[in-house]
Amino acid sequence: MDQILEVFFNVAILERVWPFLWRGVQMTVALSLVVVPVGLASGVAVAMLYHLHLKRLNRFLMAYVDFFRAFPPLVLLLFIYGGLPFLGLDLPLFATVALAFLLNTSSYYGEIFRAGLESVPAGQAEAARSTGLSRWQTMLWVILPQATRNVLPDLIGNTLEVIKLTTLASVVGFTELLNNARNAQALTYNATPIVAAALIYLIMLWPLVRLVSRLEHKSIALR
Amino acid sequence: MPASASSSPRFPGTPSRVELQRLVFSFFNADVAARYWPDIVYGMWVTTYLGLAVVGAGLAAGLALAMARSFQLKPASFLIVVFADVFRALPPLVVIIVLFFAFPYVGLAMSAFTATWLALSLVLAAFAEEIFWAGILAVPKGQTEAARSTGMSRLQTLSYVIIPQAVRLTIPPLTNRMIAITKGTALGSVVAVHEIIYYASSGASEAGNPTPLTLGAAAYLVIFLPVVVLSRWIETRFAWKR
Repeated sequence: MDQILEVFFNVAILERVWPFLWRGVQMTVALSLVVVPVGLASGVAVAMLYHLHLKRLNRFLMAYVDFFRAFPPLVLLLFIYGGLPFLGLDLPLFATVALAFLLNTSSYYGEIFRAGLESVPAGQAEAARSTGLSRWQTMLWVILPQATRNVLPDLIGNTLEVIKLTTLASVVGFTELLNNARNAQALTYNATPIVAAALIYLIMLWPLVRLVSRLEHKSIALR
Repeated sequence: MPASASSSPRFPGTPSRVELQRLVFSFFNADVAARYWPDIVYGMWVTTYLGLAVVGAGLAAGLALAMARSFQLKPASFLIVVFADVFRALPPLVVIIVLFFAFPYVGLAMSAFTATWLALSLVLAAFAEEIFWAGILAVPKGQTEAARSTGMSRLQTLSYVIIPQAVRLTIPPLTNRMIAITKGTALGSVVAVHEIIYYASSGASEAGNPTPLTLGAAAYLVIFLPVVVLSRWIETRFAWKR
């Protein structure tokens, strides 16, 4: 028991590495704050393009979505990280990581919003148009809000996945929480930093898990 | 390619022949590919094997937990909910790293393969438990009552009446989750499991050329694209219509 406390929950070590871990938390949050909103926006864009019902465009979008569903995000990240320099493109690390996650994330959000747009009855658009709203206004004020509400559990669930995804950035040395925790563990020969990082993730993400769980139960029960 | 725009002197935006050759040399280099493809194929075998082991263990454990939860013993249910919440909140890479790098400190060392398999199975079990449980809840109560009144035991009711109906409801979310988590086998490369990405990135740095990464990417598509297409088919096939 003492040994477990010593290597997993060592307060002295935690005090020493805490500033380092805290900087990692800030980077994790910063990365999420870029990837989630931009991912949501591009997801809406993908879904709206899909909603135009242009056959060839739709086939292309379907291929895009399936491609990224089949492609592990880590592979995408390593490919972009290792491949871009060969194209003579040197992006800063933050941009490289964000780009890889965005490509992956936009396809997932796109698929969710697509299902959402499809779930809104056609009568809604017809009614809105007949009141004199333009197509654009109809989409923005009538269709999209209902679509978003219908797929809210999936949207929040995917957001949870995106935040968990940011841990992959540690593989290319991006200084987010997991990366810093691993470095601290290597420096101190003690597992406390990793355990602390795991607990921090748990504390940050557990409320989201509860929320998703509540919403999902409702939606499955209604099906 | 964006790179050509900056360096092509004659027609901005169109790649010159030299640049195209450089691109092919970098990403589709036949010599490098010839050297590394056997490694990648071996990695594909490990990825497939690991993925199947994760799906088998994760789904079985998830189903068992959901069934256990349906007996509604307070302490057991509470523990199952805690388990499911924890492993849905923790990023899979964190679980792998805790198992592989932290547990040896207390004398619980395991191989990289075991750590990755165990971590992903735990995560899949947590998600599968929640999905199966939601499915079980969605089956109307009358089904249980009717089955019990015919003389079936509680376990029989569960396995012959409730689960078959629940599983049908849960197939679309379950296939999605299975794909997402088996793709996580790539995370094994972080602790040096010899799967595709391990060979692809070590090959790329050894050769000083990203062609092995291209091969690795193609290998993932070979394995997972059919699964994704199949899942689309399954989703429409099993769509629950009332």
